[in-house]
Parts: sequence; C-alpha cells; structure tokens
Amino acid sequence: MLLHTFTRRGAHALRLASLGVSLLALVVAHRAGAQDTPLLSGGVGFFTNTPGGNTSYFPIIEPLAALPVGPHLLIESRAALLETWSPNGQSGYDHSHFIGLTYLQGDYFATPHLTVVAGSYLLPFGTYNERLSPIWIGNFQDGPLIANLGLLSTGTGLGGQLRGNAISRAKYSIDYTTWFSARSNNSQFSAERSFGGRSSLYLHEQRLEVGLSYDRSLQNTQENFYGTHVWWEPKDTNFRLRSEFARGHHAQGYWIEADYRTAAYGGLNSFIGRFEPLFRMQQTFRRDTIVSDGLPLVNTQRADFGLDYNLPHNVRILTSYTRQFSSTSNENIWETGIVYRFLFPVWRGK
Amino acid sequence: MTISARHLVPGMLMLAAIGAAVVSPRSGYTQSAPSSGSQPRVKQYQSPKGAQTEDDGERVFAQNCSRCHTAPDSFPPRISGTIVRHMRVRANLSQHDEQVLLRFLNP
Repeated sequence: MLLHTFTRRGAHALRLASLGVSLLALVVAHRAGAQDTPLLSGGVGFFTNTPGGNTSYFPIIEPLAALPVGPHLLIESRAALLETWSPNGQSGYDHSHFIGLTYLQGDYFATPHLTVVAGSYLLPFGTYNERLSPIWIGNFQDGPLIANLGLLSTGTGLGGQLRGNAISRAKYSIDYTTWFSARSNNSQFSAERSFGGRSSLYLHEQRLEVGLSYDRSLQNTQENFYGTHVWWEPKDTNFRLRSEFARGHHAQGYWIEADYRTAAYGGLNSFIGRFEPLFRMQQTFRRDTIVSDGLPLVNTQRADFGLDYNLPHNVRILTSYTRQFSSTSNENIWETGIVYRFLFPVWRGK
Repeated sequence: MTISARHLVPGMLMLAAIGAAVVSPRSGYTQSAPSSGSQPRVKQYQSPKGAQTEDDGERVFAQNCSRCHTAPDSFPPRISGTIVRHMRVRANLSQHDEQVLLRFLNP
C-alpha cells in the first residue's frame, strides 16, 4: 500500500545525500539569514493495514530537509525509511525494509514568476504525488487507485522543471509547471525519458481550483497520459472536496474525496472539532488487458470511509474502512495509523 | 463497464450528506494558522497598508498552505523564511506572495 508512493532507491543514495547535505549545511551555516535557517521536517508514523482479515504493520519515518543557499537557491530532499511485517500465510510474519530518497532537488528562483528546478523531483502530474503523498498530509493512509497513472513507474523525474505563478490577480491566479526528464537506470535515481506539464486556474472568491496535466513517455512504447483535477473549499466552511481524473493508454479512473471538520462545538480545537470524517469514492476502468500502469487488472470500484482525529502537538490518528468491488473479488480493508509531524531548525539560531 | 447502483448510490448519498453539513458556517478555520514561535502573529497596531498586508498574508496562507495540510502548532521564527521558500516551490507562489506570506508568518 504505502510502497507504491516511494521510488525504489537504496540506502547508498541516502548516505550520499546525507553526506552532501551535511557538507552543504556547513557551507551555508554562516550565511543563513535570520529567518533562513535550514530545517528538518517530516513525519513518523505507525500504520496497520488489514485486507481480508490479514493485518500488516508499517512503521515509517519520512524526513524532509530544506537548506536555503543565498537569496535565490533552495536545496530540498525527502526520504523514506519503511519497515513492513506482513503475514506469510502460515503462522508468522515476513519482514522487509525499504530505505531511499523520494526526491532530491535544487530550486533556483530566477524571476518573481519563474523557478528553475533541477535534480530528482516528484512528477507534477495531478495533485496527489506532489501535494498529498507525505504521510503527515494525506487524509487516508493509502493513495488513490489511480495514483500511479501518469507517474511513469517511478513517480520521479531526473532533469529539470520550469514552474511558477504565471498570473496573480485579485480574483484569480494561474500557475504552471513544465518538465523534462532523462532516462536513468540508476537504481538510486531511476526515471523514464519523458516530458510533461500541468497548469491550474484558481478562483479566489469561489475557492475553486481546476487544473490539467499531461505527460508523455518517450522511451520504449511511447504513451500519453492526461489528467484533470478539481478542488473546492466553499468559503467560510471547513469542508474540502478534492477530485482527480486520469487517463492513460491502457486504463483510466477517478477519485473524489470529501472531508469536514466542525467548529460548531467550541471551535476546531475542541474535542468534537478535532474529528475529521472523510469519504472517498474511486473507480478504475481498464481499456485493455496490457498492464503497465499499476492499476487493478479489472474494473474496480472502491468506497473509503475514514475518521481522522487531529490531536494537539501535530499528532494525527487515521482510521478508515474500505469496501472494494471488482469482478474478481469483493474485499473489506481496515486501516489504522498514527502520525507525528515534526518541524525544527537544523541548528540553533541567533 | 458496469457500475452497480448499489455501489454508487450510498456514495452519492454520503457526499450529499456531507455537502448539506457544510451549510452550517464555521467560526474560524484560521484558528489552525501557525503562530510564529514566541512572536505574536498579529501586530497590535497596523497602518492601513500593514493591515492589507496582513489580510493578503492570511489569504495566501489559506489558499496555498492550509488547503492541503493542517498547519503545525508552532515553529521557531528563524525557519519561517525556509518554510516559505519551500512553499513557493510546492505551491507555485509568486515572489510577491512569498513575501506577503513571510510577513504573515513572522510579522
């Protein structure tokens, strides 16, 4: 479940990145401004997943480091350290572990409306990969069924991005992202030769965002992927509606997620206000039987019912029940988890 | 493609119920906006221009940060610039919005 959001990279990459980050930190230590101290953030979580009565356990750490260098550059990286205990079908559990970088990129702020990104970056297709995949952000423990559609197997690109805010007016704003990725078979920074882009229109008063995504794989069988997303948060409410549709050469699907917190019983930080009921509906449809995108092999419908609780001190409890329907089998999936989000400076400042 | 009504109808009903629930207004989602460590986020006195900046900062925060995630309870002011730079990339902020957001987080 969680593994699909991570790219397969080794511990070696993490050690190299740690060394690089440490050296860079030493370089920038004496140059950091009063508000530009490098930070370490991320999440520590413990999840359980029970499909068909068999429970697996996933302790995980997802650290994120951000190091400003001078006034125009930011180096940032995220990693994942995951342990898995899954039933082996007999009387015990199989254990596996995963450690690797999720991304490592440099961001250069070229102009007020243009940022140049270079390195290994999360593919900006749709919204889930960039915005919702961190464990301290996602409302549900696992991603949508179509999360891999348009992410070209790895979920990351190795190359460059041009991105920024194209237009910002009082009533609306338009942002853009375009990218090119080289092919890389390196196990630490694997990527497909590809290109793509995403653009979103946000209407401030309506709190409505509509976006389009496109990318194309340029190696082996060249394929196009199309996506669209709609997010809406009605003004003066605590209701959020998010949705995505994605279409690939062999499959397509959508998800719609709604969540709500009430402030009617003493505010959002009251006992009642900390509850966050969730609902997500998703469907996938196969266009043919060629499997290259990570979606289910048969048409699948899924309804996720969740109830999160936002504790003080950046701790969050996630619970959900899922009923999945497909022609091969129907299934119940129970998930629970607890996540602590941390955020602190790398060193003591002035 | 076959979509059974018994699958979709409960889902749609649930969405409709949640949609109806939001008719009740909230008293302040911005309660979860971050404080900047020991420093107060809202100034005691502001010129009209300063007040406008505060409003803009709250708007930028609501539209680009809290739309995706709950704000952290607090953080030291000395990392506010780094946070805002990260958000400039992730949320595709303009330089102007980045500066407004920084003043909002760390007035």
